[in-house]
Amino acid sequence: MQALEVTDLTVAYQEKPVLWDIDLDVPEGILMAIVGPNGAGKTTLIKSILGLITPAAGNVLIYGKSYAAQRHLVGYVPQRGSVDWDFPTSVLDVVLMGRYGALGWFKRPSAADRQLAYDALEKVGMVDYASRQISQLSGGQQQRTFLARALVQDAKLYFMDEPFQGVDATTERAIIEILQNLREQGKTVIAVHHDLQTVQEYFDWVTLLNVRRIASGPVAEAFTPEKLRQAYGGRIAFLKEEKAAGD
Amino acid sequence: MSASTEILLIAIVTAVACAIPGVFLVLRQMAMMSDAISHTVLLGIVLGFFAFQSLDSPWLIPAAAIMGVITVFLVEMFVNTRLVKEDAAIGIVFPALFSIAVILISRYASGVHLDSDAVLLGQLEFAFFDRSQLFGLDIAHALKVMGIILILNVILLLLFYKELKISTFDAGLAAALGFSPVLIHYGLMMMVSITAVGAFDAVGSILVVALMIAPAATGWLFTDRLDRMLIYAVVAAVLSAVGGFAMAIWFDTNMGGSMATMCGVVFIIALLTAPDRGLIAVALRRMRQRWEFSQTMLAIHLLNHEGTDAEEDECRVDHLWEHLRWQPDFAEQVIRYAEGHGVVRRQRGILNLTDEGRAIAEKAMVR
Repeated sequence: MQALEVTDLTVAYQEKPVLWDIDLDVPEGILMAIVGPNGAGKTTLIKSILGLITPAAGNVLIYGKSYAAQRHLVGYVPQRGSVDWDFPTSVLDVVLMGRYGALGWFKRPSAADRQLAYDALEKVGMVDYASRQISQLSGGQQQRTFLARALVQDAKLYFMDEPFQGVDATTERAIIEILQNLREQGKTVIAVHHDLQTVQEYFDWVTLLNVRRIASGPVAEAFTPEKLRQAYGGRIAFLKEEKAAGD
Repeated sequence: MSASTEILLIAIVTAVACAIPGVFLVLRQMAMMSDAISHTVLLGIVLGFFAFQSLDSPWLIPAAAIMGVITVFLVEMFVNTRLVKEDAAIGIVFPALFSIAVILISRYASGVHLDSDAVLLGQLEFAFFDRSQLFGLDIAHALKVMGIILILNVILLLLFYKELKISTFDAGLAAALGFSPVLIHYGLMMMVSITAVGAFDAVGSILVVALMIAPAATGWLFTDRLDRMLIYAVVAAVLSAVGGFAMAIWFDTNMGGSMATMCGVVFIIALLTAPDRGLIAVALRRMRQRWEFSQTMLAIHLLNHEGTDAEEDECRVDHLWEHLRWQPDFAEQVIRYAEGHGVVRRQRGILNLTDEGRAIAEKAMVR
């Protein structure tokens, strides 16, 4: 069964289309990048899959059922900049929020939830920061915290909006290792990605997006100079192969 | 219960009831929305009064609460057109609704208790005369109303603490996890509206915003945990209420005005004296850092020239200021500071590093 099936998804903001008729078929157990120029609708795509934006048309299935029915299977890492890091709370507390979905309304996190949060912090190398106020974190530490929060959701399908944005090289390596680890456990990770240079190295699937779906599939098939030119409107020319061909 | 005890109690209960939703308003950057709500609920009260022909009808509170929610809805509707920003939208909606209420009162209800002084400033000092029954007890009507609202706020806070926290910090994740941030948002606005109606009687529409925002902002100065922020906000609210009560008696003046003034005074005192984040603590820390930095600079300078031919020249106490480009007085003060901390020693006009000083310099340079 496919981890994610999107059919004919169209999203518009006040009659202005942001996504036109997107079809996606994502198998289980892959690491997929969503790439495309600014304003291509990458974040919108994730948000409409998660029901945060109501699409004008189309259908989304997660393991064969609607998102509302499969919420517990899905983990989400929003953009780091989408929250107020001055909020009075600790790193551990932010990670615990990943357990809220499993808890449902009214129930409070238990000692077992706390232990899960510590374990996740351990995995992302942040356990020493558990009681730190979140405004004292660097960009990379914030991203690791968000990642730990997604890990405690214990999902099968993860959506991550720019997990590498504003992090240093060490953190980037650490994060990609965690993502690859998730894939090895049979989980599926879909991440909005900005750095075309690392797509081939980090990911095994890719979706090229620019309002429409330009290409989607294994990196070897979908990440071609021609498709990239289509997605970016001929404005880029820095793919290794292309350079080699031009030389 | 004596009249003054009862009035003090009303003041405290009102302040605490306002501080609780206030914490979330401050965190959501919605302080001005509470100002808008605390004014527009008046329209709800007036319309409720026309509908039920009584100022004592319990239906006035839901009527006012609905008006508060309508206010938020209208503001958001304007903002969603993307043609006005939120502050401007608030500036359009709330005076419009409030002024309709004022016109309705002056035109059709001028004979009743709804006079403009009471609306603007409240009349806590007369609250004692309006009596009510609760479980056979004879208590002030305002105490009964605010007490119920306070209990309601505490119960809602305890029930929805986790939901309020996540939807305030990360509405996107809250929605993805199946908590409806929209529902929680409007629930909170309802809570603010109901609290505003109750507090309205005590302190008037202008001052409700002070009770909601100032204690919350004060609480935030002392902590970076939400639960403690709530506790500190409640403490600040109690202090403001007690202080306001004392001030009103001392100066024989309006109770609501005194309470709002004390909210500001408590905040200013906290702003100055809060440990860690307060202005005085920050200034002291900067000063100490400046001395420490200068001492480290001195230590590094001495270490660099230790045992070299230039030591005689570079490390002379009376010429040091030239090499480090410091004012002579300042250089002398830094040397004294460093001596006091056992970092340097004077020997025949030459400054020498102690072992401790050497360690400081070395540690600073490794970083």
